[in-house]
Amino acid sequence: MSHATVTPKSANSLHGARLPKWFPWAVAAASVALGLGISTVAGLDSSIQWALIASLLFIVGSYAVAAAVEGKRQAKDRTATSLVWVAFLMAVIPLASLIWETVKQGVKVLDGFFLTHSMGVVADQEPGGGIYHAVLGTLEQVGIAALISVPLGILTAIYLVEYGRGKLAQAVTFFVDVMTGIPSIVAGLFILSLWIIMLDMGYSGFAGSLALCILMIPIVVRSTEEMLKLVPNELREASLALGIPKWRTILKVVLPTSIGGIVNGVMLAIARITGETAPVLLLVWGTSTINANPFDGPQASLPMYIYLQYSNGSEAAYDRAWAAALTLIAFIMILNLAARGIARWKAPKTGR
Amino acid sequence: MAKRIDVSGLNAYYSNFLAIEDISMTVEPRSVTAFIGPSGCGKSTFLRTLNRMHEVTPGGRVEGKVMLDDENLYGAGIDPVAVRREVGMVFQRPNPFPTMSIYDNVAAGLRLAGKYKKSELDGIVEKSLKGANLWNEVKDRLNKPGSGLSGGQQQRLCIARAIAVEPKVLLMDEPCSALDPISTLAIEDLIGELKEQFTIVIVTHNMQQAARVSDRTAFFNLAAVGQPGKLIEIDDTERIFSNPSVQATEDYISGRFG
Ligand SMILES: Nc1ncnc2c1ncn2[C@@H]1O[C@H](COP(=O)(O)OP(=O)(O)OP(=O)(O)O)[C@@H](O)[C@H]1O
Ligand SMILES: [Mg+2]
Repeated sequence: MSHATVTPKSANSLHGARLPKWFPWAVAAASVALGLGISTVAGLDSSIQWALIASLLFIVGSYAVAAAVEGKRQAKDRTATSLVWVAFLMAVIPLASLIWETVKQGVKVLDGFFLTHSMGVVADQEPGGGIYHAVLGTLEQVGIAALISVPLGILTAIYLVEYGRGKLAQAVTFFVDVMTGIPSIVAGLFILSLWIIMLDMGYSGFAGSLALCILMIPIVVRSTEEMLKLVPNELREASLALGIPKWRTILKVVLPTSIGGIVNGVMLAIARITGETAPVLLLVWGTSTINANPFDGPQASLPMYIYLQYSNGSEAAYDRAWAAALTLIAFIMILNLAARGIARWKAPKTGR
Repeated sequence: MAKRIDVSGLNAYYSNFLAIEDISMTVEPRSVTAFIGPSGCGKSTFLRTLNRMHEVTPGGRVEGKVMLDDENLYGAGIDPVAVRREVGMVFQRPNPFPTMSIYDNVAAGLRLAGKYKKSELDGIVEKSLKGANLWNEVKDRLNKPGSGLSGGQQQRLCIARAIAVEPKVLLMDEPCSALDPISTLAIEDLIGELKEQFTIVIVTHNMQQAARVSDRTAFFNLAAVGQPGKLIEIDDTERIFSNPSVQATEDYISGRFG
């Protein structure tokens, strides 16, 4: 680094010595180069190793240079900033590489044919076939679960925030807390013993939906509750003071004010349960043919399809598993984007 | 249209805490009554007992009688929702509904309380906005969000919203405390006009404001922190500010305490 661009330190001035804007980038480049160099020399072949060395060099290097030029306080400030950046990269890199890997592997067989055909006439070892039956199953199971959970969850949250006082509300809050922590396999086992073993109902998409409801309701309650609590009390009072009954106040003032956040929470809950595998494995059973009736007989679902194809182990099955995974991620991403869009569209408007 | 309020022996509690004790007073129709007194003496609490908003607060409880003409607001079988349609309220901080346009804010009371004719709505909205001296400023952007107005405009919007349902009484809790002098003046002028139609009760910390806008003034005080607030005296504003009958009132007004 050339020190020529650095203004000299002067004791009695508000102008301290400042490193140029490109300084962090230069240090980053230098530490990456050095990290690569060190690992080649030492014969380390994992990219994680050189990345860690580079991160360390980056933090130490920027502190050392900044301390020498700018002083201790600025150096600490830079260290904090560097730490944040390194942490951010560490969080993003695995995510990005996951998506990259899925896209790379998934596009091989993902096409219109793949999306519109089932595995009915294709043996697992052969190429061909598709995920239509699994997409259909997932959509139906998740759709039914959402249809049950969303109204239940939102109404429960409304009760807790707008009406709930005393023992009953405390009990409900406690149970919702407990339910949030239920592992999905336990929810699946519960429905298995209740619905299939005790009531003798047989495997079906609907049984899977019931287990998904157990997982989804607490998420919806929690997120809706938080959103309702954000609505200022002043708005409720303003509405009540106009002689508007409480239920209309909730319906027309409280809910519209928080609807963006509520929808967002619901979408995230849907995204969360769409990827659930355990209860589906236990209750929906799986099939390679198209079963459009969620109330009768085994159905397929995307997470289970991925699991079954992957455990089959053949090359063609591998490709199909990746393509199904890509479809699942794309579906969840679309849900997320839709949630964001709705949240922005419905957010309380400011500005003229 | 305006109605008389007659309060007798009123106590209000927050759970077990007695906030105001044994208040009796008469508020004349078509007049402005100002409530003054040190912070925490229960002015807001008392105001909120007059339209049954006090019980909206968790633990809020009221004893005593509030007669609106010849009906006791706390009598058996009285619907608090119906009471609030008769007795409107404007709050200290402007609180327009953030999801609604200016038009919808004004129409909210009518639409959501469910008694209006569609054909009359436009007229009522215009009349209320004119009544709140806001019409000229917003007539070109009625469909824009109410939260895009300035603080003073928002407060006048809230007043328009409150008078759109044609209450008999209008309660105002420090309606100008968040506003600049010009908006304050606009609202004070407005109060002067509104009293032709409504019974108005206004809480204020501003002595000049009380002197300017009100016909009668009530002074509240509390013996000590944790003690209930009490009505010390209520009289014509002129008398309260020139020659009050209680020493404490004079001390408070002349700034010797509180
Ligand atoms: N929600 C509440 N819960 C419990 N106590 C309350 C509540 N609101 C007010 N109080 C108490 O009741 C008393 C009267 O309060 P109030 O708000 O009526 O005073 P105020 O005269 O309006 O004061 P200010 O002039 O500051 O607005 C105070 O002691 C206050 O602490
Ligand atoms: Mg107050």
